[in-house]
Amino acid sequence: MRRYIVGRLLLMIPTLIGVAILTFVIMRAVPGDIVALRYAGSSVPQDVIDQKRHILGLDKPMWAQFVDWMTSISHLDLGQSLWTGHSVIDEVQVRVPLSIELAVLATLFAVALAVPLGVVAAVKQDTWIDYAIRVFSIGGLAMPSFWIGIMMVLVTLTLWGWAPPVVFTPLFEDPVANLAGLILPAIAVGYRYSAVSMRMTRSTVLEVLREDYVRTARAKGLRERIVVVRHALRNALLPVVTVVSLEFAFLIGGLVVTEQVFNLNGIGKLLVDAVAHRDYPLIQALVLLLAAVFVIVNFVVDMIYVVLDPRIRYA
Amino acid sequence: MLRTRLAPVLALALVFSACQQAAKPPTTTVSPSAAGGEKPVAGGTLTFVVNAEPPSFDGHRETTFALLHPIAPHYSLLYKFDPNDLTKVIPDVAAEQPTVSADKMTVTIKLRQDVKFHDSTGMTSEDVKATYDKIIFPDIAKGVTSPRAGAYAVVSAVNAPDKYTVEFKLKYPSASFLTNLASPWNFIYSAAKLKADPRWYEKNIMGTGPFLYDGNTKGQDWKGKKNPDYFGKDKDGTKLPYLDAYKALIITDANAGVTAIRSKQAMIEFRGFTPSQRNDLSAALPNDLAIQEAPWICVNYVVPNTTKKPFDDPRVRRALSLAVDRWTGGDALSKTTIVKDVGGLMRPKGPFAMSDTDLVKIAGFGKDGKANKDAAKALLVAAGVPNLTFKFLNRNIQTPYEPVAVYLIDQWKQVGITATHDVKETSAYQADLRAGTFEVALDFNCDFLDEPDLQLAKFWSASKAGKGLNFAYYDDTKLDGMIDAQSRETDPAKRVTLVGNIERYAMDEMAYQYPVLWWYRIIPYLKTVQGWKIGSNHYTNQDLTTVWLKK
Repeated sequence: MRRYIVGRLLLMIPTLIGVAILTFVIMRAVPGDIVALRYAGSSVPQDVIDQKRHILGLDKPMWAQFVDWMTSISHLDLGQSLWTGHSVIDEVQVRVPLSIELAVLATLFAVALAVPLGVVAAVKQDTWIDYAIRVFSIGGLAMPSFWIGIMMVLVTLTLWGWAPPVVFTPLFEDPVANLAGLILPAIAVGYRYSAVSMRMTRSTVLEVLREDYVRTARAKGLRERIVVVRHALRNALLPVVTVVSLEFAFLIGGLVVTEQVFNLNGIGKLLVDAVAHRDYPLIQALVLLLAAVFVIVNFVVDMIYVVLDPRIRYA
Repeated sequence: MLRTRLAPVLALALVFSACQQAAKPPTTTVSPSAAGGEKPVAGGTLTFVVNAEPPSFDGHRETTFALLHPIAPHYSLLYKFDPNDLTKVIPDVAAEQPTVSADKMTVTIKLRQDVKFHDSTGMTSEDVKATYDKIIFPDIAKGVTSPRAGAYAVVSAVNAPDKYTVEFKLKYPSASFLTNLASPWNFIYSAAKLKADPRWYEKNIMGTGPFLYDGNTKGQDWKGKKNPDYFGKDKDGTKLPYLDAYKALIITDANAGVTAIRSKQAMIEFRGFTPSQRNDLSAALPNDLAIQEAPWICVNYVVPNTTKKPFDDPRVRRALSLAVDRWTGGDALSKTTIVKDVGGLMRPKGPFAMSDTDLVKIAGFGKDGKANKDAAKALLVAAGVPNLTFKFLNRNIQTPYEPVAVYLIDQWKQVGITATHDVKETSAYQADLRAGTFEVALDFNCDFLDEPDLQLAKFWSASKAGKGLNFAYYDDTKLDGMIDAQSRETDPAKRVTLVGNIERYAMDEMAYQYPVLWWYRIIPYLKTVQGWKIGSNHYTNQDLTTVWLKK
């Protein structure tokens, strides 16, 4: 087991290097650069643009830029944002708490909704309860979370003249203001997220409920609740955990439009702005960060499998 | 079955409920008054929306309003536009209007002696000299760039003959130099800070302006608080600024910006909203909203790439302009987006604008749309391209680029031209413009001042002064000479004539590139905000000295 864990951890290194190379090359293959963009629409002469490119090192050959970047990374220096001139770490760390908190809240909301409803839908298969839950979950799949967000804001504005705060307040500074800012986006995102998990829970629980050991448990005279919760649900959770975990990783950087709608200063919006500005160091750092989140979450999920199913052994 | 029916019903119910409010007709009346004659009240915090984040903090380096709106209140200028009459230039840290020598080659400016930086050091002529040296003669070796150095190419030296006098030596008499001293970007910086690090101001704030820096959160907000040592006073002798503080909220999504004002989390956004956003806010806040509107010194140009066939032929370029019925377009598009007025190269109704009588004589600006289109068809036939086809490069920004381009494409279609809308993300669009890899593009220009030197900057020869600005890629020494002559002409009336000649030559005779419609600025804001007056640009009048909040 220890060898497996060490092997998995070591494998993360080439994965991240591969991601770094791909990101570096792809971004430079895309036309446009930050200097032309910075001075777009203003009467800035070409020599100023050329000077600025030289100052930022954008006139160097691509390999030289890559060597510079790799050298910086080997010193744990992610460089400076070309757009703001501030350190990439400063740019990212101010957004991370919000993105993580939103991802956690949305996940909690989704799981709290998905698992019980999924189980109930499976247990009450083909009854009106099952149909109602399935309609609810299809709604979550059908409606994009940003649209749900827009509707929520419009409804609260129209009915109560209230909209979520446009400025993020850290949790430990003012928990009420913090929650007021994040509750609607967490519900908007969590609803769609719960729909996926709910359907997965329902189908896996249905599958497990048909297993022999469940029939055996019932034959022993166990109460239905114990059969479902202790025997069926735990075994049904493996695929659900996978879906929930991957969604969680996605939420860290993938909520661009929802962040726009609620004016949330998160990682997703930062990444899109960085791409629009051709801010290479920032893009590279963010993609690496998000890749690392995915790799780590996958690793953690594999470890959770062992806890949930003692039959699983890694060699 | 049930699931397929319920979801749309729920969705429709939500949409209907949300749209009910927006469907109400606007009821708010326009209230253009700035101070409205009431006595200003001191105190309060102004919250306003900025829909982009400042790249760096250095006004000398940047070109975006996203820097000016949150950061300008920390700084003073040598001169500024009068907040009560935005066509007038008044002294800021200057003590009086400049003195110009008889040969018009030396401009001398006396400075106020009561101006202090936020670290309590006194401002002197050395600070003003260091500021203008940085803008006009940037130290490129130390990584300093100045996008506006070219605007001051007329200056040969900046001197500080005594502690409170600054002197600008000019290479030749210039018509635009004095008003250019009121450029909103020319923040007065500390000579000591610049000497220690010429790029210090990229990441730090320290000015002489009405508000002290009070912190910012990246991507979220920017805060300023009243500078108790600010030198400015109003006409009654009351110390400025009136506000205790301000907070700029960085909200990049336009609808989120509207929501912020509608929910009263923000009071104003200084750049502008679309007509439909104005109407939504009017309907939602019928008793709390005021609106100011003004023509805007921003315009979209149709730019045919003259290095590509058949756009090297003036007949084809004229046909493109003739095909567009700007007068009808202005009426129609102004209902949905931020364009409105028909004009030449200078802002319509501005001090250098061509009269409508003269304007309608220029190809594409006449009011008889059918006759223009017939003339366009004839020109295309004569040029041998009756069924012209090309890609029309545009950027992926909806307001106003998309509707303007769609209108143009439709107009061209009516004369047999097939233009494919080639929409690109801004960076890729800029790359195409600068590489000349396009056939016809929709370009744009925004300035802080009605000034031919600024608005004609794109018309210099592409291989000379117009390098990187003139995306029609022509070289024309005759036009260069005409632009240079107007720049040196210090008699305003003669200059208007010279500019008119340039417009006729560049837009009609050669039809190099031409405006579509000039933009129109709409600012809906909460009535509590007083003392701010809209101007014809979104760059000036942003130091917030005269803004106050009605209780």
